[in-house]
Amino acid sequence: MSESSSILSLEEQAAVPFWRDIHVLRWLFQIIVLVLTVLFLGLLANNLVTNLRKVGLSLSFEFLFRPAGFSISEGPPFDPRAPVWKAYLVGVANTLRAAGIGIVLATILGTIVGIARLSRNWLVSRVALVYIEIMQNTPLLVQLFFWFTLVKALPSQQRETIIRVPYQTLHLGPVEIPPLAYFSQRAAALPGLQTQESFRFWWPFLVLAFVTAYVAWRVRIYLKEREGHPPTGQFWWATGAFVLSLVIGWLVVPGSPLRITIPTLVGEGRIVNYEGGWVLTNNFQALLLGLVLYTAAFIAEVVRAGIQSVPYGQIEAATALGFTRGQQLRLIIMPQALRVIIPPLINQYLNLTKNSSLAIAVAFPDLFNVSQTIGNQTGQNTQVIAMVMGSYLMMSLSISLVMNIVNKRMQIVER
Amino acid sequence: MSKFSRNRWAVFAVGLLLVVLALSACQSAAPAPEAGGEEEAAAAEEGGSLLDEIKARGVLRCGVNSSLPGFGYIDEDGNNVGFDVDFCRAIAAAVLGDANAVEYTTLNADQRFPALQTGEVDVLIRNTTWTLTRDTDLGLDFTVTTFYDGQGYMVRAGEFNSVEELDGATICVTSGTTTEANLADDFAARGLTFTPNVFSETADTHQTFVEGACDAETSDKSQLAALRSAEPNPEDYVILPETISKEPLGPVVRANDSDWRDVVMWTVFAMIEAERLGVNQANVDSFLDSDDIQIQRLLGTGEDDLGALLGLPKDWAYQIIKQVGNYGDVYDRHLTPIGIERAGSLNAHWTEGGLIYAPAFR
Repeated sequence: MSESSSILSLEEQAAVPFWRDIHVLRWLFQIIVLVLTVLFLGLLANNLVTNLRKVGLSLSFEFLFRPAGFSISEGPPFDPRAPVWKAYLVGVANTLRAAGIGIVLATILGTIVGIARLSRNWLVSRVALVYIEIMQNTPLLVQLFFWFTLVKALPSQQRETIIRVPYQTLHLGPVEIPPLAYFSQRAAALPGLQTQESFRFWWPFLVLAFVTAYVAWRVRIYLKEREGHPPTGQFWWATGAFVLSLVIGWLVVPGSPLRITIPTLVGEGRIVNYEGGWVLTNNFQALLLGLVLYTAAFIAEVVRAGIQSVPYGQIEAATALGFTRGQQLRLIIMPQALRVIIPPLINQYLNLTKNSSLAIAVAFPDLFNVSQTIGNQTGQNTQVIAMVMGSYLMMSLSISLVMNIVNKRMQIVER
Repeated sequence: MSKFSRNRWAVFAVGLLLVVLALSACQSAAPAPEAGGEEEAAAAEEGGSLLDEIKARGVLRCGVNSSLPGFGYIDEDGNNVGFDVDFCRAIAAAVLGDANAVEYTTLNADQRFPALQTGEVDVLIRNTTWTLTRDTDLGLDFTVTTFYDGQGYMVRAGEFNSVEELDGATICVTSGTTTEANLADDFAARGLTFTPNVFSETADTHQTFVEGACDAETSDKSQLAALRSAEPNPEDYVILPETISKEPLGPVVRANDSDWRDVVMWTVFAMIEAERLGVNQANVDSFLDSDDIQIQRLLGTGEDDLGALLGLPKDWAYQIIKQVGNYGDVYDRHLTPIGIERAGSLNAHWTEGGLIYAPAFR
């Protein structure tokens, strides 16, 4: 009885008409949704073009090749007579600079605060807590204005008032130390590295240094493991190989490829500017302070959660085996915590990059700020906004891609 | 697994975006003559001019500034007031018979053109400079110049006496303005260097200058004068004598709507003509029984009905003058108090050597 009914159902199945066949339906729905979506977007695009044409605007990208006609306060050197697309690239470069430096600093600060949050020292953990709560629970835009106001409240950029560090030229026996850094309401100037003429010969050695460092690291591990010992000292091997490659490069290349430049004040009278050194404008300082301090608070929580996700038994076991607190953190806890930390960390990197578009509030010429100017000077707002969205999309997807690769490696190591 | 399918969706979305962009590119590559036909068809479909739409709506939507003393700002009672704002009121008086039938939209320099292009506002009266590019490339039409301005520099008193001393200076400027481009041109022409500090709000530009983070602030001279007058100690600041550009300011409308553009233009002309005829807000009623044919034409008290030709009531100009005033009334109300002298400037009436002139009313 049961057998015959099952055969019957099989026959029924074979006879199912295509409009009730789950395989056909599945595809059919996909196609319908696709067609509807394309039609809808097509309608929007058509609507846009028709309306733009009605007021005499087109969607051409010809404006990118006109002279820009405006200047940009910082970033790669830019001449107002250069075409608009170059101005756009200056904006991209400034966004990448802010986001890149921001991500590195936020990660370092976030990790420190995250670990401090778990400190057994009551004061340290409370300070970290207060910091995190304040930063996470106030809007970033407000914080940016706060830092901008604070930076602008520094003394004016005049010879009499500017802050020097050290305060004046120090005489330590025969050695003279001039002021190394300056701070004013307009910009800070710090000692910086300047690439010289021969840098173009030297940078291949820099690449080589990373390669040799990696090879040395691997070789040391291989040798130790062949002897049957746990791998130790690979860090020092890698560092040695790295430094050695750079020193050889330095000796081979004519002249020195890099030079440390110390900022000096130039100009008499009312207009005093910096020459040399690494100059950070008040706009950049405010943006960086805002982005780093804000994002670090979120990263700190990510790090704390990651560390706490490691079962306490692991720490007890490590203690029983005689690991010190530092070793436990470095060798037992962190490798496992990173598994939990990295996915939300990617999210924070993306947030920081996207939040950098708030730079317009503090007059830093990032991608969005420069685009606004381009949109206004040329009137081609639709295309400019499309380009800006495309650029941020590309940046975000690139960060995701890189971090997903890192994540995958961590997962494999864990397994 | 879910991550994988999410990635697929991302690829799918990007693909779609590309398809749409490709579509739009095809569209824009279509031959130009066809466009003209479409415009006419579209205009016919919508039943003609914006003027009819405003009459039906019963309120004029006007894009204005909110942070420029004298021209467009918010007074202590929260009302939009100023030189530019009064022209909004004049248009509303002419079209709707009520100077208060205006809905103001506060716009900054960056927002103003998109707001007009998209139809968010009917007319933009926000110290906007008439340039060839804007008139042709933005889908806009400029109407009349209501104020002849020029760009200058403001510095702290005692620091600088001329632009030539500003080599290497940091200069505060507002984005999305002709000012920003003129600044680059002027310094390049003089062979000087400078660092711009670009803000999107005039208020931020000015505040940063006052705080000392800029050596100079550049803008239209009237604007600088207005900002200076609002400082607690105006004498701490001076406006340098150089004028580096032409900045004719006036109302702007969307392109290709001749009827509406005519109404905006002739509203301003009526105010200028009234001043020439000596008709002002205070005495306009005493002219209602005037025998002067010119005054009869303007106020619509005689045989001629010029208002009908514009699609307006017969007493359109009377309403403007009665409710808002003539050009001189508006100037004296807003610009004289903040120290922008009219006598001897380009904004004097043409009978007194200025450029304020109206075509013939007949």
